[in-house]
Amino acid sequence: MVVKVISSAEAISEAVKLARPSVIPVYPITPQTKISEKLADYVADGELDSQYIRVESEHSAMSAAIGASGAGVRVFTATSSQGLAYMHEPVFAAAGMRLPIVMANANRALSAPINIWNDQQDSISERDSGWIQLFCETGQEAFDTVLQAYKIAENPEICVPVMVCVDGFILTHTVDPVELISQEEANEFLPPFTPVNAYLRTDDPMSLGTLADPGHYLEIRYDLEKAVNASKELIEEVGKEYGDKFGRYYGLIEEYKSEDAEIILIAMGSICGTIKDVIDEQREAGKKVGLIRIRSYRPFPKEALKEAVKDARLAVLDKDISFSVGGALFSDVRSSVNNESYGFVIGLGGRDITPDNIEEIIAKTENPTNDVEWIGLRE
Amino acid sequence: MKGVDEKEYLAPGHRACAGCGATIAARLALKALGENTIAVSATGCLEVITTPYPETAWEIPWIHVAFENASAVASGVEGALKAQGIEDTNIVVFGGDGGTTDIGMQSLSGAMERGQNIIYICYDNEAYMNTGIQRSSSTPFGASTTTSPAGKESFGEDKFKKNMAAIMVAHGVPYVATACISHPQDLMAKVKKASEIPGPAYIHVLQPCATGWGYSPEKTVKLGKLAVDTHMWVLYEAVNGKIEVTVKPSQKLPVEEYLKVQKRFRHLDEEHIGIIQNFVDGQSKQLGLSE
Repeated sequence: MVVKVISSAEAISEAVKLARPSVIPVYPITPQTKISEKLADYVADGELDSQYIRVESEHSAMSAAIGASGAGVRVFTATSSQGLAYMHEPVFAAAGMRLPIVMANANRALSAPINIWNDQQDSISERDSGWIQLFCETGQEAFDTVLQAYKIAENPEICVPVMVCVDGFILTHTVDPVELISQEEANEFLPPFTPVNAYLRTDDPMSLGTLADPGHYLEIRYDLEKAVNASKELIEEVGKEYGDKFGRYYGLIEEYKSEDAEIILIAMGSICGTIKDVIDEQREAGKKVGLIRIRSYRPFPKEALKEAVKDARLAVLDKDISFSVGGALFSDVRSSVNNESYGFVIGLGGRDITPDNIEEIIAKTENPTNDVEWIGLRE
Repeated sequence: MKGVDEKEYLAPGHRACAGCGATIAARLALKALGENTIAVSATGCLEVITTPYPETAWEIPWIHVAFENASAVASGVEGALKAQGIEDTNIVVFGGDGGTTDIGMQSLSGAMERGQNIIYICYDNEAYMNTGIQRSSSTPFGASTTTSPAGKESFGEDKFKKNMAAIMVAHGVPYVATACISHPQDLMAKVKKASEIPGPAYIHVLQPCATGWGYSPEKTVKLGKLAVDTHMWVLYEAVNGKIEVTVKPSQKLPVEEYLKVQKRFRHLDEEHIGIIQNFVDGQSKQLGLSE
């Protein structure tokens, strides 16, 4: 077993190397670039045999990823923020064409004002694209999730691209011990990709990305909806298979001391580490507080959430804002469960999220005044 | 035609307008390339008319993603072929003038600069025909389109066509050519040459459009011939930047012969026809077609 003290960016790169994608089209953007740079090193040093395409934009990064995936090979790309927004159009096309692309997104705020720091507005703004979105809490999870992402995306019953989301800087640029698996173990868990539904082969010609009129479009979109829903079971299954092999289990959600909780916080990504610390303290003080971490934002784990929240009062933390309605996660939670719930917008544009902020959220959920509160606003 | 692949790679029964020049361009290009070819289309007429789900007119593998990104999609396809060790397959891109000279310019520039081994064919009908004849940067001076209409204060498009072939030569693309559907042998020879030269190739094909230009559909080939005979469209190739004219018309007709048979130019007066004639004369000299 190898443990390396590395950033999430490097952890993702290590996982990508083990997944052996044939084509890697990338374009630089902070804070994702650490991933593309590392992959470039691997290719330059002969550690990774991939076609590394230095495209001229993120729009082209996703377009080339679609071309390569359409041609039937395993593909990886990575982006952030403006880059993800710029590739919005082909991001939708990738899912609509049912291509099993895996992309890492280093979560970063969107302009304007321009801001390179972390929030989750970028990937959340792509929530309706048809991609599976998995949000990671740690570098270890990012490493593990990339390998699982391929297994999920490439399942012939699913064929849906997967976005692996990690908080920019907070995860991408900070180091932690990450337990790696060997190439042999990776090969066994993730065999080479053989496309069965879509490819570009001269011995069996196929047209990909055709025009669908009103007589066909609705059914094709419904098929994608069915596949995204069906991926819930697969995400759990793959998480379990990975856990059985490597000892780290993942599913759609993570429940942390929420079993008997009167107040449950719901959040995604690295913020959950801070929340867990605060919960530990409050538990010691006798408060029944817990956390449900949403790992799979799309598909949204409605059923799992419903079962986990029981009749607790909910505090939903969003590092994004859907103007005039509160955070997007908050809306999703409210439409999924009937519990009394409150929304908290926090940490936009990289504003520090402190344990005090979390305590404030818990206090405000105990004595609510507003449906949606912005936390940490300066006077 | 003698020596031409009799197999059709673009099947009949597609939904093009009568007299469509784009399908002639694609059909000829594919005959030159043969079955070991993967096609990538930009959004546009050719894509729309050939692939109404669940039908397709393409007898070779084909992919379309969006309007502006065909060159990037082709770059990905090329990467996938390379990764699989496949070396004998052509990758051809078809983009209209809008998808090439306007919205697709960036991804095309990127792919050409990177030296991707793809053959890019611009089928140029000189406006956004798929959306209803709107002006593109490839629309010629004086043409009336739905967004550059002739009117009391307007003689139509007031800019000359973007010189895409020159831009491609400036990228260092090893093989650049112009072609026209009225000269099939010349077109096919160029496509074949493009496939034989390693690295990227760019071929700009003028293809008259009955619907957008306003002429009767049986005259598509004749219109192409008029464009060449008036030197409105000069057929040449540039191998490693060295330009050589490939078709020298036996006599140079005045541009009016070409303009007067098209509704889009019918409003032009002598002054504007003179401006076009001057432009064409200069271009023809510059390319070495006339003294």
